[in-house]
Amino acid sequence: MPKLTINGIEVLVEKGVTVLEAARFLGIPIPTLCHDDGLAPASACRLCVVEVRRGLEGRSKLLAACSLPAEDEMVVHTNSARVQRARQLLIELYVATCPSSKRIQDLASAYGVHECRYEAEHEDCIQCGLCVRMCEQQMMAGAIGFAGRGANRRVSRPFDMTDKRCRQCGACLYICPVCELRCAGPAAEATLCNGCLNFAPVCFQSYDDAMCFLDPCHACELAGPLRPDVKIKTRARATVLSGEKQ
Amino acid sequence: MQAGLDGRVLTFTKAGFAAPACRGTGGGTLVMTETELQQADSILGQFDDRRANLIAILQDIQAHFYYLPEDVLRRLARKLRIPLTDVYQVATFYRCFSLVPRGRHQVQVCLGTACHVRGAPRVLDRILTDLKLGAPGTTRDRQFTVLTVRCVGCCGLAPVVRVDNKTHPHLTQAKVRGVLNKYRLKRQSQEEVASAEEAGDRDATAQVG
Repeated sequence: MPKLTINGIEVLVEKGVTVLEAARFLGIPIPTLCHDDGLAPASACRLCVVEVRRGLEGRSKLLAACSLPAEDEMVVHTNSARVQRARQLLIELYVATCPSSKRIQDLASAYGVHECRYEAEHEDCIQCGLCVRMCEQQMMAGAIGFAGRGANRRVSRPFDMTDKRCRQCGACLYICPVCELRCAGPAAEATLCNGCLNFAPVCFQSYDDAMCFLDPCHACELAGPLRPDVKIKTRARATVLSGEKQ
Repeated sequence: MQAGLDGRVLTFTKAGFAAPACRGTGGGTLVMTETELQQADSILGQFDDRRANLIAILQDIQAHFYYLPEDVLRRLARKLRIPLTDVYQVATFYRCFSLVPRGRHQVQVCLGTACHVRGAPRVLDRILTDLKLGAPGTTRDRQFTVLTVRCVGCCGLAPVVRVDNKTHPHLTQAKVRGVLNKYRLKRQSQEEVASAEEAGDRDATAQVG
């Protein structure tokens, strides 16, 4: 049984267990967008990158934990500065691709991505391939797949016609991490949400404990219902002001 | 086999078109004739029903029909017992495959840096004028498909044009016609082409209208 070290904790795992599974077994969170326990790992989103060193010597590498089998003498750091920088960049790119996804906005809040330097594209797909794998591996249908190449790659039905293989089960929609309605908070037009951190009252649609019709996002939870210390800047580019001088 | 959408039948076949004929519906989906389906089946029959043969089969279909007909891809998926999306994924990934009919001869005009500097855009212009094309694509008589490619890896021969895997080096505008004439149908004079195109226009308008 391979014995590896994750964030300084030694752990014995069965052969074939991935680093992601080992870390989650230890209760160490690793963010993912393209991973699901019931599906084969795709290492598409790269959010689960961890810093890995084999043995005591040699350089550490950034590797996708979801498809990395645990090996003997592996030294893994799941949240080092290098990993955080890599994830922040990825999240920034994802925010630019799909600003409407609450999951991505939550990740942005959690990882302190306070600005998005890229132009928002408002795509409805990050090409994580979850829907394709769900359709193929769990629903045994294989009705959708990737088509095209490079910038033209997209999830598509063959010949853009609904196949009889598609039973309209909706599993692809269920598992999609990005096609969801966005919290129409005060800075709805800004690429990066983080809005609840800036604004008081926190959201337009605020109820007793939930801020809008969706669950409160991570940023809202952090901010609490009211932020009297933050001045309201309507239509401003969403920037987290906490900790900064005003 | 007659097929059409809203009773419209567009005839894509043109005089002088030596590639297998195919008819299409108004929606643009090409429909195969029985003979073509038999030809396709004989191609499919040459291979074991293994997923590993997918690309080889697709190449043979492309070489025979000059494109990948939808009906044949459906048959192929059924025969290999793989989802159609897997076939579609491969067919749309590689540039050597096409889902719309291509011409009998493929003219690949290199627009890489070296070729660009040595005048490839002018060569491309001349080829397009010569084939009466507005933009890279397939000619009306389906003899030629003009594609622009990046680098074919022989920059010393720039500007370079590949026709059916044969490389024509150091092209100039003046040489274009001579190169293309090698691939034109021997018996076909320019007048015949023109009259065929005219007739084709009439057919198309009559049947669509």
